[in-house]
Amino acid sequence: MDLPLLSFVTWLPLIGAGVMALLLRGEDEMAVLNAKRLALFVTTVTFLLSLFILFGFDPNDTGFQFVEDEEWIGGLRYKMGVDGISVLFVMLTTALMPIVIGASWTVTHRVKEYMIAFLVLETLMIGVFCALDLILFYLFFEAGLIPMFIIVGIWGGANRIYAAFKFFLYTLLGSVLMLIAMLAMIFDAGTTDVVALLQHEFATETISLMGFQIIGGMQTLLFLAFFASFAVKMPMWPVHTWLPDAHVQAPTAGSIVLAAILLKMGGYGFLRFSLPMFPVATDLLQTFVFTLSVIAIIYTSLVALMQEDMKKLIAYSSVAHMGYVTMGIFAANQQGVDGAIFQMLSHGFISGALFLAVGVIYDRMHAREIAAYGGLVNRMPAYALVFMFFTMGNVGLPGTSGFVGEFLTLAGVFQVNTWVAIGATTGVILSAGYALWLYRRVVFGELVKESLKTISDMDRREKWLFAPLIAATLILGIYPSLITDIIGPSVEAMLGEHQLALANSDLSTQLAAARGE
Amino acid sequence: MIATDLAIILPELSLAIFAMAALMYGVFRQTEEASEQVLLATVAALVLVAAWIVTLPDAARIAFNGAFVEDGFGRFLKVTLLLGAAAVLLMSREYLRKFDLMKFEFPVLIVLAAVGMMMMVSAGDLMALYIGLELQSLALYVVAAFRRDSVRSTEAGLKYFVLGALSSGILLYGASLVYGYTGTTTFTGIASVIEAEGVGLGLLFGLVFLCVGMAFKISAVPFHMWTPDVYEGSPTPVTAFFATAPKVAAAGLFARVLMDGFGGALADWQQILTFLALASMYLGSIAAIGQTNIKRLMAYSSIGHMGFALVGLAAGTPEGIEALLIYLAIYVTMNVGVFAFILNMERDGRAVMDIYALGQYSQVRPARALALAVLMFSLAGIPPLVGFFGKYYVFQAAVAAGLVPLAVFGVIASVIGAYYYLRIIYLMYFGEETDAMTGDMPVTHGVMLTASAAIMGLAWLPFVNLFGVQGWAAAAAVTLFN
Repeated sequence: MDLPLLSFVTWLPLIGAGVMALLLRGEDEMAVLNAKRLALFVTTVTFLLSLFILFGFDPNDTGFQFVEDEEWIGGLRYKMGVDGISVLFVMLTTALMPIVIGASWTVTHRVKEYMIAFLVLETLMIGVFCALDLILFYLFFEAGLIPMFIIVGIWGGANRIYAAFKFFLYTLLGSVLMLIAMLAMIFDAGTTDVVALLQHEFATETISLMGFQIIGGMQTLLFLAFFASFAVKMPMWPVHTWLPDAHVQAPTAGSIVLAAILLKMGGYGFLRFSLPMFPVATDLLQTFVFTLSVIAIIYTSLVALMQEDMKKLIAYSSVAHMGYVTMGIFAANQQGVDGAIFQMLSHGFISGALFLAVGVIYDRMHAREIAAYGGLVNRMPAYALVFMFFTMGNVGLPGTSGFVGEFLTLAGVFQVNTWVAIGATTGVILSAGYALWLYRRVVFGELVKESLKTISDMDRREKWLFAPLIAATLILGIYPSLITDIIGPSVEAMLGEHQLALANSDLSTQLAAARGE
Repeated sequence: MIATDLAIILPELSLAIFAMAALMYGVFRQTEEASEQVLLATVAALVLVAAWIVTLPDAARIAFNGAFVEDGFGRFLKVTLLLGAAAVLLMSREYLRKFDLMKFEFPVLIVLAAVGMMMMVSAGDLMALYIGLELQSLALYVVAAFRRDSVRSTEAGLKYFVLGALSSGILLYGASLVYGYTGTTTFTGIASVIEAEGVGLGLLFGLVFLCVGMAFKISAVPFHMWTPDVYEGSPTPVTAFFATAPKVAAAGLFARVLMDGFGGALADWQQILTFLALASMYLGSIAAIGQTNIKRLMAYSSIGHMGFALVGLAAGTPEGIEALLIYLAIYVTMNVGVFAFILNMERDGRAVMDIYALGQYSQVRPARALALAVLMFSLAGIPPLVGFFGKYYVFQAAVAAGLVPLAVFGVIASVIGAYYYLRIIYLMYFGEETDAMTGDMPVTHGVMLTASAAIMGLAWLPFVNLFGVQGWAAAAAVTLFN
């Protein structure tokens, strides 16, 4: 391994953004078109380059691959690498970005800046999944806020300012606590290297803080600080309230990135840090996370039922689906974690496609309210078909990738806690409720609204944007081993270490005895 | 003996002699043209002395029986403050010309202030400390009121003088108490007394008064009241100067007194520093939210930033001092850039200080707006910009020194503070359109703004690694602990 392939893939979009910023001049139509073409070209090349990572990746090697390690600012290291858990997230990002750029073809306002923002964002998102230095990870993780803030703020809807600030400050507050936890970890372990930290055991002796006895001691505190950050990013109930606002106000492409990739950073964080680094605390707080997840699934599904705004409905459905992810991760067994990763990838395609579908009719009618539509099937048969396909994917119909993720996480949780599994399964029914009802109100019925009488079906560009998403959803739904073969060995190795750490910990043994295991 | 002593203070001495020569030249020529020559010569002199200090040998040297300490710590701060002062002075040229303030006294006063500041960061004795501090302060009182026909400027000068004199008095009172209870004025002497006898009540009083006096100079809460008014009233280049070099010098002095003189009383002053840091961070963050005048906003910003810098000092470890030094260097660089922008906020030849004048500025001057946006994100401490690393190092030092609660409250303050920096970006990019500020920017300002923004935006990249400033800071911090 000589070429720094990961760095190429990570930094290429940023270089593209730099080229665009410096060399592309003018405001005329040609310049605008060139900006779009350049962005599409850069993201496509990035995707093609990232294929080398996928095909060069050896699933049976559970360590980190394509590792790069360079000197960085004082004691920190520029260390990149992927394992079975992260490699597919990199692929998800690079694969979706050309679609995101394609979905932005109709943007007319400050196109150059728009494309630059998305290219910068791509670099930062890939960086999050590749970084193997604690502070480098934090850097990428946090820096993503800047382009997203700008994207929502400039190209967003009517209430964009409020949404942009809420998004920014909410996630920043979550993350700075993680920063303190990182500093404490660096102080305790004396390294910022993620690989070394994965081997480090953080203390679990009970400590007393201002009169409170903290069981699990340092691990619990670190876990909670990381949890604050990832739970906001995920987002988990009750800190999910920024998401509907941000989604509703963001432009279509912004919503796709947000739902399909940015939300996955929270889940990835849990898998990379919380579970392997704080095993005892994870075990200790498992029930707590389960409770939040089940509430998220049921409560946000009910909230989704009552939404009148299409984007808000899908946003709440995202929160519910992320509930399955957290539940699966914290089940801490092979099915659960495999399912969680699968669910994240599948949700990336399906929710991205749903926001794209909303974008298609929003571009025509400039309305997001469900009540503004009805009977679209009469004028837009192709659209009705695509929308139905992804509605089914969202519901988790067998044959689509949505089913596999939900089923695996439920199977994983069932082995740990039956009640949680039962509660979460009601979410499957509720999701069918809100998704199908949305579909009926928008697509079926008589076409009575005067404004809709002239609406046109999808054009060629829009069809081509959906094609890869449909293919991905179907292929993964029918042949899930494509994914599980890659993630399986790494997940197994991680869980093996996790179990070993629990077996070695007195606290966890006592806990297990108290549970009657 | 005296010859070796003089050799050690040669950089300071040369600057002082330069100031007098420049004064004579100005008095004899008395033309605006001569004033401009003096200004440019001063910039050159400051830069040259900074370069000279960089080349000095590494070893620490002591002059005048310990009253003056020439070591790595002092050198780092001197270079930072001299370059900061030179940059600000260079930027003030167009402003002074435009508002008919091109007088030779201005650069001369700045040099004298710079000499005072160099003295402060090298002080090894309470008397040397006071002389340096007063030389700096007296020069600053005058430049604050430099625009004599402006009521605001005169008010700023007067306010600064009255409160500054009060704080000097308190500091002097503390110094006399310290002398009374230890029988010595040198920091090393004080340190050995503390080591032998511990900190008695009288000495503790002296320490507290010293801290109050120095907290005033770096405008730490609750001794910050003068800052917003003085910043607002002073001519803009003077405000820029206040926000950079004197802050560096005062923070350096604070560190030197506490580490060299009162290192044995860490437990006693750590509480004071913790409180000052916390109060400054929170007040700086919260009070700035309501500000619409950009100079007042920057005043609260500087209060908040001093709070973050003091977190490093509160740690009381070599890592903490290193973090403090890095923070100051980054802070000065950011402020030079921001003030290069503020100096050019004008509409039809009149200065505009209202932040709402920035509405949709990104449409009018995209490059300038981008540079300011980078600086604002950096001031807010958002990664990956360099401003984040300043905060990273101070909080890391605090956590390593066991001050975890301080670090936790500190980062929360930084989130609150992020709001008002974001608001500037919000105005420029998403705000409502106003009459555009379409003035052209002088080349020097453009270069400063671009360079500052480029450093903040790119210096964190691998292979650039902050230009190795961390290594220098680490070497400088260690000298304070020998």
